[in-house]
Amino acid sequence: MGTTDILGLFNYWMVIVLMMIGLYIVVSRGNLVKKVVGLNIFQTSVFLLYISMGKISGGTAPILTGKPEVYSNPLPHVLILTAIVVGVATTALGLALVVRIKNAYDTIEEDEIQAVDDDDEFGSAEDVQP
Amino acid sequence: MIATHLPILQVVVPLIAAPLSVFCRRGTVAWALSFIVSIVALVISIALLVQVLDQGVLSYELGNWAAPWGIEYRVDAANAIVLLLISGISTVVLPYARTSIAHEVEANNQTLFYTCYLLCFTGLLGMVITGDAFNAFVFLEVSSLSTYVLVAMGAKRDRRALTAAYTYLVMGTLGATFFVIGVGLLYMMTGTLNIADLAQKIPEIGANRTLVVAFAFIVTGLGLKLALFPMHLWLPNAYAFAPSAVTVFLAATATKAALYLLLRFMFTVFGTGFPTFGPALTYMLLPLAVIAMFAASTVAIFQVDIKRMLAYSSVAQVGYMVLGLSFATVTGLTSTVLHLFNHALMKGALFMALGAVVMRFGDATMDTMRGLGRTMPWTMAAFVTGGLSLIGMPLTVGFISKWYLVVAALESDLWLIAVLVLASSLLAVIYIWRVVEVAYLEDPPVEVTAGEAPLTLLIPTWVLIGANIYFGIDASLTTRVAEEAARVLLGTAS
Repeated sequence: MGTTDILGLFNYWMVIVLMMIGLYIVVSRGNLVKKVVGLNIFQTSVFLLYISMGKISGGTAPILTGKPEVYSNPLPHVLILTAIVVGVATTALGLALVVRIKNAYDTIEEDEIQAVDDDDEFGSAEDVQP
Repeated sequence: MIATHLPILQVVVPLIAAPLSVFCRRGTVAWALSFIVSIVALVISIALLVQVLDQGVLSYELGNWAAPWGIEYRVDAANAIVLLLISGISTVVLPYARTSIAHEVEANNQTLFYTCYLLCFTGLLGMVITGDAFNAFVFLEVSSLSTYVLVAMGAKRDRRALTAAYTYLVMGTLGATFFVIGVGLLYMMTGTLNIADLAQKIPEIGANRTLVVAFAFIVTGLGLKLALFPMHLWLPNAYAFAPSAVTVFLAATATKAALYLLLRFMFTVFGTGFPTFGPALTYMLLPLAVIAMFAASTVAIFQVDIKRMLAYSSVAQVGYMVLGLSFATVTGLTSTVLHLFNHALMKGALFMALGAVVMRFGDATMDTMRGLGRTMPWTMAAFVTGGLSLIGMPLTVGFISKWYLVVAALESDLWLIAVLVLASSLLAVIYIWRVVEVAYLEDPPVEVTAGEAPLTLLIPTWVLIGANIYFGIDASLTTRVAEEAARVLLGTAS
């Protein structure tokens, strides 16, 4: 693979880098807000993937001017508008849930929430006995 | 005249009702609206199924834009039965939900509950009926986002519903995004999003790395949504802590709609001739399905919370459905579609019975179940009948699906798999028996004064139990549609 190939595929490399960064944050962070942000980065990489595939170098917006012109494919761009809306809705809902979790547990750290739940379930051993 | 517009009405009616329900100030009004919409949707889906069995495939072009460019709604036997299942279950769940939700969700949230319910209903119907890959993603997200809210509404009973909803949101979004990456890669190679058009163009391109990657992304993404082992971790808590009516609805429909999409993409879009199709089945789906059957059933045996026990059992049952499709034969797919339908009936009934227990006692643990055979005889009788169906007793729907699955395994010369299916059913006997034992053989605690569940909960539960027995005795309708669906998916329809 020559340098031109690598540079020519620059957008796609960035898609993979962003996707991996996003996934890594989702998996590795215990802070619930950071997880939502990671999810956001992950989704952004998909936006970039769709936008890149519609682009033709030297292409313009698809507007009829009478002269023959090279234009970029607008369909992936339109599709990704929908996906962006979905992404915004997901982020909003995720953060709203984090607010409710903060109110209910007084923390947004995954391990602390887990510890509180474990205490609730197994800590009070005397009333579990039949 | 209106008959030609049925496919779009199936989705649009609940979609319009959802924002309208926000304006209802009282939960009861919103409930009445949802119930009417659900009945209308059921009538439409019955009409669609009759038309499909009569005339074959129905195609509807949205806004009169011709098929490969515009969005097409396409109804054949494979999705007509799933539409019927979703709208049928919804119509049974809503009368149940009224009492159950009034009890489990705060009064000022009840209107919004029905709005989210209608959105979820719309999303599920939409992702099943659509013939457009990207449209399927949009509806998948509509149903998922509203599902997260519905699960979180269980927070009044147990705050863990919030964390369960959050985990489901993260996992569900990953799954849906994987799916949309796959769809994007398909578009990149074929320039089309129409499922029928994709099905034609993919064999022409043949073995291509982008397509193989698309296949992997789509199967993995949908695997997450349908809780295929080991991607099921979101499911047990989401089912355990969601309000009872939501658990019933989700267990009976949400994973089923995702499974339908998986069938549609694997068999119709990529087709059995696709290079990685065979290896994906033999080395990935079949082993995972068998592990799910055993691992999830074994975990179910050790659960204290009965709702969570049944949730693990659902993961195991998804294993049976995926096992059927991994044979890639007509009988195998028939068993998958049959079990998709039958499992919704049995799990719906079981979760309804548990919902009645939750309403009376606030939870459904092994401890709560003590002596319930005496204090709530009708609820427990429903639970036992549903449990027998889950195990696969003759005269229940569970037997029909297990029978087809075993026959399919034997037809493919996989006798070992057939033995494993029967052996894993014994695990179901164990976890159902544990509940039956404490409910019938132990005395109720003296302080218990709660009696039988109200009729508004019992009647829907027994309607589903009735369906379990009816379709278990006379399976001619379900098997006929399932076989037709299998032929459609394999592309050998007459």
